[in-house]
Amino acid sequence: MPESKERERPTAPPADSAIARVVKDPVSRRKFMALTGGSAALAAFLAACGSDSGTTTTSTASSGGSTTGTEQFGKGDIGILNYALTLEYLETAFYKDVIKSGLFKGAELETIRKFGAEEAEHVAALTAAVKQMGGTPAPMPKTKFPLKNAKSVLELASTVENLGAAAYLGQAANIKSPAVLASALAIHSVEGRHASVLNTLIGESITPDGAFAKPADATTVLKSVEPFIVS
Amino acid sequence: MSNELVHPELADVHVDEDSGDLSRSEVILKGALAAGAVYGVAMVGPFVRNALAMSGGGDVGILNFALTLEYLESTFYKEAKTRAKASGELKSLIGLLADDEQQHVEALTASIKQLGGKPVAEPKFDFPYDNTAGFLKLAQTFEDTGVSAYNGAAPSITSKEVLGAAGSIVQVEARHAAAIRLQNKQEPAPDAFDPSLDESQVLTAVKPFIQ
Repeated sequence: MPESKERERPTAPPADSAIARVVKDPVSRRKFMALTGGSAALAAFLAACGSDSGTTTTSTASSGGSTTGTEQFGKGDIGILNYALTLEYLETAFYKDVIKSGLFKGAELETIRKFGAEEAEHVAALTAAVKQMGGTPAPMPKTKFPLKNAKSVLELASTVENLGAAAYLGQAANIKSPAVLASALAIHSVEGRHASVLNTLIGESITPDGAFAKPADATTVLKSVEPFIVS
Repeated sequence: MSNELVHPELADVHVDEDSGDLSRSEVILKGALAAGAVYGVAMVGPFVRNALAMSGGGDVGILNFALTLEYLESTFYKEAKTRAKASGELKSLIGLLADDEQQHVEALTASIKQLGGKPVAEPKFDFPYDNTAGFLKLAQTFEDTGVSAYNGAAPSITSKEVLGAAGSIVQVEARHAAAIRLQNKQEPAPDAFDPSLDESQVLTAVKPFIQ
């Protein structure tokens, strides 16, 4: 765990609804709080926290002296949203190709269709969010996936969904706007659901990291998806 | 930056599921509407309210709120090992869920202490079910509520560490929720965006199970 970092957040617990929270979103403020030492349980808990290891060759500090690894997609929250958008484009293209491949039918095909449709909704939401913040949405990447047989495709789907969930988790603590964070979290848990189902389909544990899901930093994630991006 | 994103007219935004161009605000609104439709808003049980009042607000308050839910889930699955009359795949799943939730309880307790807070006492629970189907129905409610509770509370968390930890737990809850939903022959990820619930909505949902 890196040194304690404070987030720009209202300190009050949620007052009422998500809407009210967004509407009433007070001016963010900072305060410092140090975490020292810890029990075994806390160590496990904190080990599962979002890492701050955005120290990559491509990233540069754009604000606040910390890096997210998403700077190549834009500054701050816009960069994070565009990074997420790129991953969602990838997932959407993947499911589209899988449906076209004809490798699946029946219940599995229905699951793939459903997940693909949800990823497409994520693309639409993230695109709109980037525009709303005055940013330019990241372009849709050209993709190519190895679709040999049903088993290997499900394994790849599981890899992609687990990676997607870890990617959102890795960025959550970097997000400045509570509204953007709320949206990212609403997507993050859906990626977790997808990952759970795909893990079940390939006979893997629904919680491969145990009781605390592990985050992935942007550098790791982008490197993992590199083989699927043509341009 | 965040303030310019805040639109008071948000409450009037029309949510069209088929628009294919959901704005960020609409996404949040959609979640809130879905949650409200499921649970409504009612009075909070005095016991739980007292427990929360003792929690002190802020990150410690949120962690104590989460701890109450994890106590509920942990006790629920511990009991279910014998009470749910499960076998095979479901029996193993219950074992895994019981173990995960117990770890969440321990981690939250340690984390609250670390922050100088006082962990809430474990409430007494009562889970009304007689068979496997009854167990699964409750399990689905608890897991989906857990996901929405963490998602609803997380944006109010101040510390990056606490937020990261809450995120790592909520993802696990979402994985549980999907697995339980599969057992129930329900859509494992019913919506593209998981709804979020605020504290009072969550407490309304779990109040019937707290003695």
